[in-house]
Amino acid sequence: MPANSVLRVSYFIQIMDETKRKRKTKNSYGQIRAESLFKRTLVGIGAGMIVLVLGILFTLIVESIPSIRHLGARYLWGTTWDPVNNVYGAAPFLLGTLLTSFLALIISIPFSFAIAIYLGEYNPKGWLSSFLKNTVELIAAVPSVIYGFWGLLVLVPLVRTLEIKLGVLPYGIGIFTASLILAIMIIPYAASLGREMIRLVPSPLKEAAYSLGATRYEVIKNVILPYTKSGLFAGILLSLGRALGETMAVTMVIGNTSMIPTSIFAPGNTMASVIANEFTEADHTVYLSALIELGLVLFLVTVVINMAGKRIIKKFTTE
Amino acid sequence: MNVNVKYRVGKSKGVQALIVFFAFLITVPLLLIILYIFREGITKINWTFLTKIPKPVGETGGGIANALIGSALIVLTASVLAVPLGIMCGIYLSENKTGRLSYWSRLSVDVLQGVPSIVIGIVVYFWIVKPVGTFSAFSGSVALAIMMLPILIRSTEETLKMIPFSLKEAGLALGLPYHRVILKVIVPCGISGILSGIMLSIARIAGETAPLLFTAFGNPYLNINLAKPMQSLPLMIFNYATSPYDDWHNMAWGAALILLFTVLLLNIITKLTTRRWNVQL
Amino acid sequence: MGILIKTFKQSFAAAALALVAIAGCNTNDTKTQDKAAAGDSATTRDDKTILGAGSTFIYPLFSKMFSDYNAKTGIQVNYQSIGSGGGILQLTNKTVDFGASDGPLNEEQTAKIGAPVLHITQASGAVVLTYNLPGNNNNINLTPDVIADIFLGKIKIWNDARIASINKGVAIPALPILVAHRSDGSGTTAIFTNYLSKVSADWKTKVGSGGAVNWPAGLGGKGNEGVSGLVKQTPGAIGYVELIYALQNKMDYAKIRNKKGNFILPSIASVTAAGNVTLPEDSKIFLTDTDAPDGYPISGFTWVIIYKEQNYKGRSLEQATRLLKLLWWNIHEGQAFATPLNYAPLSDEALKVAEKILKSATYDGKAIL
Repeated sequence: MPANSVLRVSYFIQIMDETKRKRKTKNSYGQIRAESLFKRTLVGIGAGMIVLVLGILFTLIVESIPSIRHLGARYLWGTTWDPVNNVYGAAPFLLGTLLTSFLALIISIPFSFAIAIYLGEYNPKGWLSSFLKNTVELIAAVPSVIYGFWGLLVLVPLVRTLEIKLGVLPYGIGIFTASLILAIMIIPYAASLGREMIRLVPSPLKEAAYSLGATRYEVIKNVILPYTKSGLFAGILLSLGRALGETMAVTMVIGNTSMIPTSIFAPGNTMASVIANEFTEADHTVYLSALIELGLVLFLVTVVINMAGKRIIKKFTTE
Repeated sequence: MNVNVKYRVGKSKGVQALIVFFAFLITVPLLLIILYIFREGITKINWTFLTKIPKPVGETGGGIANALIGSALIVLTASVLAVPLGIMCGIYLSENKTGRLSYWSRLSVDVLQGVPSIVIGIVVYFWIVKPVGTFSAFSGSVALAIMMLPILIRSTEETLKMIPFSLKEAGLALGLPYHRVILKVIVPCGISGILSGIMLSIARIAGETAPLLFTAFGNPYLNINLAKPMQSLPLMIFNYATSPYDDWHNMAWGAALILLFTVLLLNIITKLTTRRWNVQL
Repeated sequence: MGILIKTFKQSFAAAALALVAIAGCNTNDTKTQDKAAAGDSATTRDDKTILGAGSTFIYPLFSKMFSDYNAKTGIQVNYQSIGSGGGILQLTNKTVDFGASDGPLNEEQTAKIGAPVLHITQASGAVVLTYNLPGNNNNINLTPDVIADIFLGKIKIWNDARIASINKGVAIPALPILVAHRSDGSGTTAIFTNYLSKVSADWKTKVGSGGAVNWPAGLGGKGNEGVSGLVKQTPGAIGYVELIYALQNKMDYAKIRNKKGNFILPSIASVTAAGNVTLPEDSKIFLTDTDAPDGYPISGFTWVIIYKEQNYKGRSLEQATRLLKLLWWNIHEGQAFATPLNYAPLSDEALKVAEKILKSATYDGKAIL
């Protein structure tokens, strides 16, 4: 599509000609039919997404019925996960998932905000910023299984050294390590949205503050951050959504014990990591279905986070 | 007064330094990862590695041709399934910003994005593999296609939203039918954004292992029949890296290097061709 | 023309979506689907391929065997190591020709699979206790009760009196014990916990045996990689891995006292000795805690599992024969590949039992071999 307006006009004329030529062979009734078919297809596909998600939900529910029948609601707050005795409680995994995700968020926020502010305000152009921008994007692109192997071989010994210094049990793997890996993986999400938001701050606002003698830091603190808080928040929620469902990388470094974690350095388990670990060897019906129910819970948690996020963003942006 | 200004300027400088430090610290892990994989993988890659199928333990000279071709076919099929759907859905959402159906549709896309990949694999197993009675590359493609959709839809929607409304008005005012306005005016305008969405979604799924475990299944032989099990790169890395043999570890590192660089290359090409800030959401 | 292409794309997309949706709704009546799909799969599968899935433990041996078989016969055997439980599940769902498992079917699995199945022994292997103790500490001695108490979290330090008393003259450092176990369900875990349940009443009541259990102590590593990574990196760690894995990674492993009171080093010979027992007719036996005086106590068979009646889901006699011939080859010529890869081949007696079981497979009630 040419950008130049003269070219643009000629482009329209070209399309018109083409359309007219077609009209000669095809009557306008056909055009209208094509149009309504097009619109219906669009609606159909839009509805198809809902059907797809409901289908996934339905399949998950159907497949977790044996476990729901067997365990009922105590599945959610049960603290024992014992496949041998057919007792399944998801509480340690719910806790583990929330702990790792929130810890990862806290670790990632200084970085993602720093990147967003640097690229959005300090240095929006130039090779240095495009280098940083591309680096951040590549971080989002690295497959998670590669993060996992790298974490196990490089990050775990580092964390172990730290733990020895801190005087806690030097497991090396555990919730803290998993959070570190997750933090690296989710930084791009908050950073990219944050930068976009910071760019949207109207320059008259900033210029007004500068003309009053504000320093750069004061502009950021008093103009940019208040203006963009909803966008930054949306970025954080997006990263949270991503962190909740991350499987392979976390599985490899979290320690995988089904006990309630006692500290952030303790080993734990997340919902996704349990599914990845035990799905292949689940040897009886209730066990298999308890794992699928875990997938269902994870699915529902994601829905709730997304709904809540959307509500909050909507509220912020309308205010 | 003067001291106060100095203090404020100093503070501003200090914060700037801090922000620059934190912002650039993020490059360290990426460089470490790339260097690590590169060091482990580069020595294993040669012509045989790229053109032969794997040999069993203890025999040298095997390659990963079956996984390379398998991965390419599975991803291609997934794209054929997902791209038209994703773009159409993106058009739908950008054209219907409000409304109940589009609200739920948009929410579904958000939810889909958050579904862990292993859950998608399980669901597709129950949908296709179990009723049909055999594992197939096609079922793997369907699982990957489902994973591609949210990225495609999002990027299409966001891109099309940015296109000025006046363009559409101009088209409609000239009496063009609605679908021609969309397909001939709006979509070509946003084609770079859409293309980058396609590339990013491909880069995202190329490294997925979990959805393929119970669908594409893997195959030690070269297979190009979509109705049969097929090998793929991430699956092969996963299997070989967890095996006890050094030969297989080496192949896994070589394959990991190829996968990493393919994915990074896809991203870089997208960057160079579109020059648009976009992260695979 | 442009529209036509677009419309075609749309209808194709819509059709694909409908297909997915239909498939989604039909998960309940898979029986009718099975019948409908039977014709298809019979035609699509009827080339020279055999599909198998299961045990990760046997995967390297199978990959070697099947590659050789392919060179000799041109038949492609696609074996995927998705885990023993997965293999059984896939056989139950009839998506594979054979499953491979490190443990025989349990009662629930037998009930779920709904038809008689055959267990054919393939080879056996050992699970070894590997550890990381600084200093020259290869092959320390361990007794069953000490192992159980370490994994129960009761013995917490390496210079515990009970460990010292069975390792006189060995300088064992005063490190805290860190237990590493498999986090993913696995046949290795099944063999190991089966052993512990046999030798420790405490373990049997508190934990029990299975492919995945509720571990009372320690850390989980994903796969052999995870466990060996933990043990290699952490001084004072102890974990269990397959013998091949410890050998390939040059890790220290313990001698274990067997039922007859001898401390046995895991090796192909000691595993073969453990496997040299009188097998029951269905060959479903755990080799753990063996009676053999020079047998290593933590070892087990891997079985291939197939349906006894091979005429199911529209399978042809040809397919059934092809599968049976492969398995026959596995337990005869194929055994030559076991030792070089550190698996223990079948003993003569185990072979005879396996032959008999294979011969009992039928097609339409008639023997195939």
